[in-house]
Amino acid sequence: MSELLQFLFSGLTVGAVYALVALGFTIIYNASDVVNFAQGEFVMLGGMITWFAHAAGLPLPLAALIAIVATAALGVAINKLAIEPARGAPVVSLIIITIGASVFLQGAAQLVFDKQIHSFPAFSGDTPLRIGGATIQPQSLWVIGGALVVFAGLWLFFTRTLLGRAVLATSNNRLAAQLVGINTNFVMTLSFALSAGIGALAGVLATPITLTAYNVGIGFALKGFAGAMLGGMGNPKGALAGGFLIGLIEALTAGYLSSTYKEAAAFVVILLVLFFMPQGLFGRKSTERV
Amino acid sequence: MPRLTAKSATLLVLAALIAVTPFFFPSGYYYRVGALIFVNGLAVTGIVILTGYAGQISLGHAGFAGIGGYACALAPTHLGLHPSLAVVLGAAISGVLAYLVGRPILRLKGYYLAVATLGFGILVSMVLNNERQLTGGPDGIAVPELGLRGLLKDWGLDLTNGQFWYFFCGIALLIGAWIALNLHQSPSGRALRALHGSEIAAGTVGIDVARVKLQAFVISAVYASVAGSLVALQNKFITPDVAGFMHSIEMVTMAVLGGAGSVLGAIFGAGILTLLPQALTVFAEYEQLVLGLVMMLVMIFLREGLLPSVLRKLRGRGE
Repeated sequence: MSELLQFLFSGLTVGAVYALVALGFTIIYNASDVVNFAQGEFVMLGGMITWFAHAAGLPLPLAALIAIVATAALGVAINKLAIEPARGAPVVSLIIITIGASVFLQGAAQLVFDKQIHSFPAFSGDTPLRIGGATIQPQSLWVIGGALVVFAGLWLFFTRTLLGRAVLATSNNRLAAQLVGINTNFVMTLSFALSAGIGALAGVLATPITLTAYNVGIGFALKGFAGAMLGGMGNPKGALAGGFLIGLIEALTAGYLSSTYKEAAAFVVILLVLFFMPQGLFGRKSTERV
Repeated sequence: MPRLTAKSATLLVLAALIAVTPFFFPSGYYYRVGALIFVNGLAVTGIVILTGYAGQISLGHAGFAGIGGYACALAPTHLGLHPSLAVVLGAAISGVLAYLVGRPILRLKGYYLAVATLGFGILVSMVLNNERQLTGGPDGIAVPELGLRGLLKDWGLDLTNGQFWYFFCGIALLIGAWIALNLHQSPSGRALRALHGSEIAAGTVGIDVARVKLQAFVISAVYASVAGSLVALQNKFITPDVAGFMHSIEMVTMAVLGGAGSVLGAIFGAGILTLLPQALTVFAEYEQLVLGLVMMLVMIFLREGLLPSVLRKLRGRGE
């Protein structure tokens, strides 16, 4: 029993990271219909920049703040320089652009930083908490709490603020949003900044547990996407639940089947979801306007 | 004078390049580079069918190359197959896997295939890295000799190892290009290109969209598999890198750089990106940076790719 609880704790921890990545996917997907394959690189940058700034002598909170702001700025730059110019291009071209951005950021990270594996100290020490015969790292609570706070913040933002509603309006119908006076360019900028910032935050919170390196991004992207798809593409609630579920499935696979092939769990989930319920757990059946 | 069709023109240009370039080789080493270009060109021709014709994208085609390569390493020792039959076996496994993975996915929007193939590629390279007893793990594994060169020598055609693989891969590329060009003209090819324009429009005129996409995916997987087999047989050695994520990205970049819609363009792209690391030794450090940049720049500024864009410019000036 305590063994199962232990697996659940580790599943919830990585699941929280995947949920944050899935939320990032969802924001950009809703605002622009673009599936941003560089989403995982934001997590990598959050971790790597924080490590770099902290190693250079800055206090950890300041280093983390710099990482989040810098990554958000990069997200905006990717939108302005690479995605906006290709507006209206076929899906394949947009996929190639965002996967290109992903590969580019990986290449840049290994030049600017290095190819080593890095970490920085946990926020509230390393003394594990004992709960019901299992242990949990205090940092895990930071990650899980972070995912829940971000979700609640996004929910408030999208339902209670004018700006948030403007983003929703833009995702519903860009032209109509423009006609009622919404600055859709600003909405896009905001969406990319928010999405990249959330990715970076995930990296900051998770690095003391999962460690970071220049090439960790693509794995986060794959699992975050699996989470978003499992929950139903474009649905924030689905993204949160899907991310946690992928984490749990992965932890249980590692615990009871094979730790080598835990990475395969996300892929198997993707295939099963596509096969049996392409609209996901919370998604509605989509129809396409021609 | 009878006007050349685009198909025979492409094949003639390719055949001429393959036959004539060796006269300018300063050393035997260049045969090796040439063979590498042809093998990459073959894999990229498969990408042309999938991405250029059908408008779909795979981010895990290196997984199929890995299957083709390891089939040549494993089937001869474990099943007693001749290496040439191992190529066929690898291609068959790749085709069946592509069918199984592609069937549920290709009914859905384009990016689902990208994500699923990305996962597939990572899975294949994970298996190759982890199943040490079978695959030798990250250190790689030896591949038996194809034996065709010895046979040719008995018949009086004595080629160096470099020359043999140069012409063998060159001929494989010509056959691959010929099949792809034939497909372009055939009803299946027209159906593919129709759904590149608009899947919904293609569906309304009676094209079975999912089936046609699946065909393209399976065919392109077989191309990648055969290319992987050829690399393994030529090097007599293979490592899991052949199935790595960066290899998948290289294939896509080669295709879009040269022009994913044109067989000759894509092979041209394969040539550039194969030569670049040979010409610039510092390139290895910047490879990812450059590949990523090329993907973005080409898709923003030269969506048709280098060769078709240049040809269009030239033609425009001529008229």
